[in-house]
Amino acid sequence: MPLFSTGEDPGSSFPELLRRVGMAPVQPTGVSTDLMRELSLPHATTCVALRYADGVVMAGDRRATSGNLISHRAMEKVVEADRHSGVAIAGAAGAAMEMVRLFQLQLEHYEKVEGTSLSLEGKANQLSMMVRGNLQAAMMGMVVVPIFGGYDLRRECGRLWDYDATGGRYEERDYVATGSGSLHAGTVIKVGFRDDLSRDDAVDLAARALWEAADADSATGGPDVLRGIYPVVATIDATGWTRLDDDDLAARYAAIIEEVRSR
Amino acid sequence: MSMPFYVAPEQMMKDRADYARKGIARGRALVAVRYNDGIVIVAENASQTLRKVSEIYDRIAFAGVGKYNEFDQLRVAGVRAADLKGFQYSRDDVDARSLANSYAQMLGTIFTHEMKPMEVEILVAEVGLESHGDQMFHILYDGTVVDERNYAAIGGDAESIETRLADTWTDGLDRLAALRLGVAALGGPDREIPSTDLEIADLSRNNGRRCFHRLDAVTVLAD
Repeated sequence: MPLFSTGEDPGSSFPELLRRVGMAPVQPTGVSTDLMRELSLPHATTCVALRYADGVVMAGDRRATSGNLISHRAMEKVVEADRHSGVAIAGAAGAAMEMVRLFQLQLEHYEKVEGTSLSLEGKANQLSMMVRGNLQAAMMGMVVVPIFGGYDLRRECGRLWDYDATGGRYEERDYVATGSGSLHAGTVIKVGFRDDLSRDDAVDLAARALWEAADADSATGGPDVLRGIYPVVATIDATGWTRLDDDDLAARYAAIIEEVRSR
Repeated sequence: MSMPFYVAPEQMMKDRADYARKGIARGRALVAVRYNDGIVIVAENASQTLRKVSEIYDRIAFAGVGKYNEFDQLRVAGVRAADLKGFQYSRDDVDARSLANSYAQMLGTIFTHEMKPMEVEILVAEVGLESHGDQMFHILYDGTVVDERNYAAIGGDAESIETRLADTWTDGLDRLAALRLGVAALGGPDREIPSTDLEIADLSRNNGRRCFHRLDAVTVLAD
């Protein structure tokens, strides 16, 4: 059981605790970008998030690609960070998944040690430090660019952030898209966005954005009716994180398909 | 050269134990009671902010009596140990028994090696996936571990509280009944503890991944 003297105490930070006990993840060094490319590691692709009247919607497709191949069909890139926040990731899948795991743990660890949750801004800041910690790997091609969204219990509104590879943190007012299909997905949201969307309309808009991204970007997966795999779509409001079930999404995508067919 | 006084080891241990026991007896007690869906923990605590009962991990709760700064230090050490283990292996590998053993080691070492023993008694409770998997470990200031099955009481006057629990506890209680039983046992026959002086936490199988939840004593007991 780890016990620390007053000066050595890692406080409520889990990454710092890992360092103190010598379990901090090892950062790759001295690997060239070319070599990294040859390893053809899986890459996660398109995620979007937008604000609506009561909170935020986050959505991501399920595909991971290695070069021209589909490496995973059912990856979950939009995950619950804690009760009132979520994170969506695009980029090098391995590094991104590990970052998310550490991030979730850090939020929970802080909450348990301190007896109270971090503020939403505090959480966004934590994630920024983790992305920055990945900089060395990013320079070798393992870039991780998350979106962070959540419901701010103090300001009583949904908020969104996106990040760059150096840990730069940018709060977005209305919507954000990341990953290879972000250009198409972002445009769909930009065109369809209105202030104070209802939850239902916001979910439809996010689903539509991923549909269009999958239509135009080979690395983004569309709804896979054959296997019953649908994008992950979740909303976060004052009551917390709610993930939409596949039946709901199946109905929404059936409506989109119908609409496209009738053009 | 002056000779240091010789103190028999038996005497030294007894003195330390008396010292620790005296510190613990000054504080108010707490009880943990098993019910059909988990374990409720009820503590007599006038403070609304300094907690005696808290969450360690998904299915594990911690409760301490005695000196606040000392059991809080143990609580944080427990959270760290559990989170590290869950990170290194898997969430399923974190269990109360190994945590209780670590606490026992630590308290035992402090009891014999440090200037003063810790004036604390702690309880580590875990809810199983099924009712028969519920576990409670009561750890004393000197590292003694006692495993309890259906109920546990720690702190001042724990013995008479346990007797009361032994008389009233039955299998298959619901949460509210277990809660009432715990509150009654804590107070005893001639004293009713006001709801505002109770700290209540629930470790329930039906609470999702994180089983630990705090309950507001005034609202829960008003039903």
